[in-house]
Parts: sequence; structure tokens; C-alpha cells
Amino acid sequence: METTASHSPAGVHDVHPDLPFVRKYVFSTDHKVIGIQYMITSMLFLLSGFTMMLLMRWQIAYPGTPIPFIGKFLPETMAPGGVMLPEFYNQLGAMHGTIMVFLGVVPLGVAAFGNYVLPLQIGAKDMAFPFLNMLSYWVFLIGGVLMLSSFAMPGGAAQSGWTSYVPLADLAPPGQTMWLIAMTFIITSSLFGAINFIVTTLNLRAKGMTWMRLPFFVWCQFVTAVLLVLAFPVLQGGALLQLMDRVAHANFFIPANLIFGGAPVERPGGGNPLLWQHLFWFLAHPEVYVLLLPEFGIVAEIIANGTRKPLFGYKELVISACGIGVLSFVVWAHHMFLSGMRTDVTKFFTITTMIISIPSVMVLTCFLLSLRGGSIHFNLPMLFALAFLPLFGIGGLTGLPLGFTPTDIYLHDTYYVIGHFHYVVVTGSLIALFGGLYFWFPKMFGRHMNQRLGKIHFWISVTAMNGIFFPMLIQGMSGVLRRQFDPTAQIHNHPTLILNKVMTISALILALGQIVFIVNFFYSLFKGKEAQSNPWNATTLDWAACPSPPPHGNFTQDIAVHRGPYEYSVPNHKTDWSPQHVPDQQLVKS
Amino acid sequence: MSSTPWILDASDEPTSTGVPHGKLGIWVFLASEVMLFGSLISSYIVLRLGSTHFIVPPHEFLSVPVAALNTFVLIISSVTMVMALASIQQDDRKGMIMYLIATILCGLIFLGVKTWEYPHKWHEGITIQSGLFGSFYFTMTGLHGLHVIGGIAFNLYILIQGIRGKWSSTHCQRVEYAGIYWHFVDLVWVVLFPLLYLL
Repeated sequence: METTASHSPAGVHDVHPDLPFVRKYVFSTDHKVIGIQYMITSMLFLLSGFTMMLLMRWQIAYPGTPIPFIGKFLPETMAPGGVMLPEFYNQLGAMHGTIMVFLGVVPLGVAAFGNYVLPLQIGAKDMAFPFLNMLSYWVFLIGGVLMLSSFAMPGGAAQSGWTSYVPLADLAPPGQTMWLIAMTFIITSSLFGAINFIVTTLNLRAKGMTWMRLPFFVWCQFVTAVLLVLAFPVLQGGALLQLMDRVAHANFFIPANLIFGGAPVERPGGGNPLLWQHLFWFLAHPEVYVLLLPEFGIVAEIIANGTRKPLFGYKELVISACGIGVLSFVVWAHHMFLSGMRTDVTKFFTITTMIISIPSVMVLTCFLLSLRGGSIHFNLPMLFALAFLPLFGIGGLTGLPLGFTPTDIYLHDTYYVIGHFHYVVVTGSLIALFGGLYFWFPKMFGRHMNQRLGKIHFWISVTAMNGIFFPMLIQGMSGVLRRQFDPTAQIHNHPTLILNKVMTISALILALGQIVFIVNFFYSLFKGKEAQSNPWNATTLDWAACPSPPPHGNFTQDIAVHRGPYEYSVPNHKTDWSPQHVPDQQLVKS
Repeated sequence: MSSTPWILDASDEPTSTGVPHGKLGIWVFLASEVMLFGSLISSYIVLRLGSTHFIVPPHEFLSVPVAALNTFVLIISSVTMVMALASIQQDDRKGMIMYLIATILCGLIFLGVKTWEYPHKWHEGITIQSGLFGSFYFTMTGLHGLHVIGGIAFNLYILIQGIRGKWSSTHCQRVEYAGIYWHFVDLVWVVLFPLLYLL
């Protein structure tokens, strides 16, 4: 396995005629262009999902009052007189979850950064299947557009939650069919991408790039791709069954003698709604690690670079990432403790859930110990990486009570769960993704992002995110249920109602912070300080071995790898970073 | 890099593992296919064993002999597919073309039998709406049928390129990929046949 390829000399393969604009920037097969396409698209989806969340938060904090500014532009079927309808609230909830997970964070972490950085880090000229890569993006875009356009379906978009629980979803308005079709496109796209990542990592490593010399980021992307290949088809199978239930009136998830909307459902039935939950969570728990692993990789790169010392416990990190990958397939039913599961089954899933927290904690501990004794550079990416550690820690630790049946049965379906997974995905993944963006922006566009605006963005975001998600934990512990259109309807919600206003105002502040980011992004794109090829003095091939931005074919010379990925501050070396591809004799002090 | 972008491009460059990209790619793809059919098959098992409303129609309604014939046809087609690859590996282009035609014909016979079988089932009152067995039967065989159509299309492409003289003993990876996929499609049927007809 460790025999690595010797590539033909650079230049021989890269004789490309000047491609027309459309082939170069629109229907491009270059992994860098596709990565940037994915990045911009997924950030737009993040913005749209965030806007939906703002509308919902307005309704929760000020129920029954017209939505300011946007309210009067919404049609009668969504918000007559600017006041949100319950059906519209449900649609927003389902679409917020779907868009954020499947069209926002995963494509940004996996498809955008993975596509752009992974081939560069292993010393490849492109992905193994460039055409498939392009196809992956366009299929993804079709899926995303279908998903958003489903608001225009009669009865609106999908409204059974992002989990699409049956039999409700089986009998919901046609928007749900659109959800299933759009998911099929998204699953296909992620399958194309994952095949590419796996084959590229296996097959296109530069000479000398052995498995234990791969940057941790590559390991994370590789494990993520394996999860995508093995977990997503199961949801595809479930979605196919649900589609058959909806379109062809099959009986997979329709129980016998079902009464819906006060009338009996005229179908033989006999199906099992719980089957859908199993199929869904068999995907959706590995999906949680798809949301996280690439971000672990990003944080690892930033921390090694920002502390100017080797990452603590590289081997342990690799073992943890692989362990998380394997274990993530046997924990799914901890999302279903409320479904009346037998106690011996819940015991199994409680134990596996506790076991999987061990490698996650190992990763976090390795990152923390990496800081020890380093000369920490508080640059922008490093700020985000440092904020990731405690905030992801909160997200992870608040998850433990949800793994135990006795506490989970109380906390499940309350805001505690929402607080927990938003701490993981927003203050964890999203913060890391922002860090990655500030880190690789100079490589992608040849210019630095503005430091001052970046710091404003950082402090507003971190503060506001905590303002949104910490009150959720408090509300959840006091018993406030999730997915409620009007929290004033239940008496036990009243003591914590005031927190809803805190959250909504924090969300608005967070929106203001993102405007700073958007301004910074476009300002830096055109007017930012020009970047050298290796502005962070990093050791990995993406920085040390190619210009910023890299040309078509990535590398101007042949790459041979001589050392591990994080050789910072090596004694007797001339510089405090020792790039992977430079032979020893050129680095040692004379 | 050729200017025509192929989905599974057979690159001549040496790879880190020594296995061509396309071969690794098709195996990873099949892994995902296994999970897709695996999810359907395990759903079938769960409901068949767990649902009191799962009524299996009597065997005489299921046209077992016809389905057995179909199984036989697909197994034959797997053999001919192996022969096609073996032929081109010995630079026997005529033999490859003949065996590929036989493989495609077997696939078409399979689909033809299915188009007879479906209306026959409807006649017997087994439809996708009639109950859990019908739902599973038509969804699983339907999805498998789509895969057969995909396999026939893949083989047809290999055949047309073969007639044009594109394959040789040193350049026949895609014939092998088509074969790997076709064997998988057959294998799925070999699992579905006892599950849906015999048990």
C-alpha cells in the first residue's frame, strides 16, 4: 500500500489550450474552481437558512406581531398582514434544518474546502475524476434550487421537520415530494464527491506522501468521504420508500387503521413508521460527524500553524478520526429513545454513545495539548480555532446527558437538544469553517482578508452565538418544547419567555456581524493586501509548494515528500517551518 | 489527459496504489449500492418478520418458474460477460463482440420477462397499493430493473466502442468495469429472487 507513485514530469500533462470563459469558470473541471463554486453556493444557502431562522425567531419572541420590513413582502399563504401562519413556521423549521445541514455546512466543509485543499495537500494535480467532480457540483446546485423552490409548491415547502418523520410526512402536502426529489439530487452529488475524494486520496498522493505523512485535514476528509459513501445510500433507500408511499400509494410507513386529519386513511397499511426513523438516523448520525470531521481537520491545520510546533499526538488524532468513523455507524438509535424502545436495546446504544465520546474527547485534548509550550500567533484563523475549542467542548459535553436514557427522555424534544446541537454545529463547525475561510482565503484569491473587519466579525459572532444558544439550554432544562409555533400557549413556558427576546436580539446582532463578513469578503477579494505564496509560513504542500492562487495543474515542479506534515521549529533548521517537500540538506543550518 | 471528459477516465499515469482510478471508483460506487439495496432488503426483513399485516401471496400467484428462468438468464449473462473480458484480454475482438451481444440480449430477455410479469401480477391483484408485499415487490424489482437498464446501457457503450475497435488486450479496463457492474446487478437479483419468490 505504501508504494507511492512517481508522477510524470510537470508540464508534460498540462498542455492545455486557453479554455473559453465558460469552460474555465462555469463548467470547469478544475478542483479549485469547483471548490470555490461550492464555497460561494453553500455560503448563499447558509445565508438563506439563516434568514429563515430570523423569521422564526421573530415569531417565537413576538408571537402574533407582524414581521418588520420583510413581513409585508410575504404572500397571503405565508404571512397574511405580516403575521406568520403556523404552517409557514413549520415550513421554515423544516427548511432551515435541511438547508443548513445538507446545503450549507456539509458542502462548505466537505465539498468546498475538501475540493480546494485536499488535492493540494497530497500533491495531486487534480481530483481523480475531474468530470465527475464538475457533475457533482451541478447536481448539487439543481438539488438546492429545487429545495428552495419548493416554497412555491401548493401547500408550501416540506413541513414535517428536517427529519421528515412519517406517517405525517407521507400524508403532507406536495412540498414533501419535492423535498424527497431534491434530497435525491443532493445524495447523488455527495456520492460523486465522496467517490472522488476516496479515490484521489488513495491513488494520487505525491511520491513519498505515505499515510502517516498526510495532513490531518486529509485524514478527516477521507473518513468523511467513507461515511458519505456508506451512510447516505441508506437515506436514499428510505427516501425511495417514502416517495413510493407518497406517489404510488405504497404502504411502507403507513400503519394499519391510521386516522389522519379526523378521517381514516383508505390504505391497507401494515407498515412501520419507526422503520423510517431507523433509516433516517442511520444516515443522520454519521452525518453529524460529516458535519464535524472536516472542521477538526481545519482546526488541526490552523493550530499547528498558529502555535509553530508539531501537532500533539498526530497518531492519536488519526486513530480517533478513524474510530469516530467506525463507531458513528452504531449509535444512531440514541436519537430514538423516546420511541418506546426496549431497555436492552437502549442500553446498547447508550454504551456505544458513551464510547464514541472517547475519540471525540481525544481529538479535543490533543488540540488543547498542542497549545502547550507553543508560541501562539493570535492571527485571525487562530482566533477562530481557539474559540472552537471551548465552544465545541460545551457542545460535546451537553450531548452526554442526551446519550443516557433517563436524562434523554426528559430532555429530548426540548430546546436543550436544539442548544446542544447548535453549540456543536454553529459554534463548533461554523466557527471552524470561518477560521478555515480566513486561513485559505489568501491561497484561493491571492489576497489577505482585512484583519480589523475580521476581528469585529469574530467578536460579534462569538458573543452573539452564545447569546442565542446558551438560553436554549436553560429553556430546555425548564421543559420548553421544541418545534412550537407559539411558546405563550403553555403555562410552564412563561418563566423563561424573556429569554426568547434575548435570543432573537442576539440573532439580529449575529446578522449584523455577518454583514461585516460579507463586506470584508468582497472588499478583500478586490482590494485586500496581496498575499505571498506562503503567507502563514506553513509546512504543508498547499502552502509551501505552490503559488497563491495555484495555476492549472497546481504545482510548477515535481513534488517529492520528505517528512511529516507539521514539522515546525525543528532544531538546526534555518526557518521555524520545514516544508514537506524540501530535502533536509536545503533546510539544515550551514 | 484527453480532451474528451469521461466519467471514469482511464489514466495512464501510475497511481499510488497501483490500481487504476476507474477500478477503485467502481468498487467504491458498488459499496454505496450495497448500502442502498441493503437498506431496502433490511426494511423488507424487518416488516416481513415484524408486521402482522404482511401477507405473502401463495406461490402459484408469484410465477416462480418464470422468475427462476430469469435468474438463470442473468447467471448466463454473467458468464458471457466474463467470456467477453477474457476474449479481449487475448485480443479476440470478434469473440468479445459476440459475447457482449449475448450479455445484452440476456439483459433484454430479463426485462422482457419482467414486462410480462408485472401486468400478470396486477391481474392477480398484487399491486404496489394492495399491501406490504406488493409495495416491496414492485419497489425492489423496479429499482433493480433500473439498474439492469443502466447495465445494458453501459454494455451497449462498451459494445459500440468495441465494434469501432477501441479495446485491445492492453486497453480494456472499461470492459472490466462494465463487467464488475453487471455482476453486481446479477448478484442483487440472486438475493432478491429467494427473498421475494421462494421464502
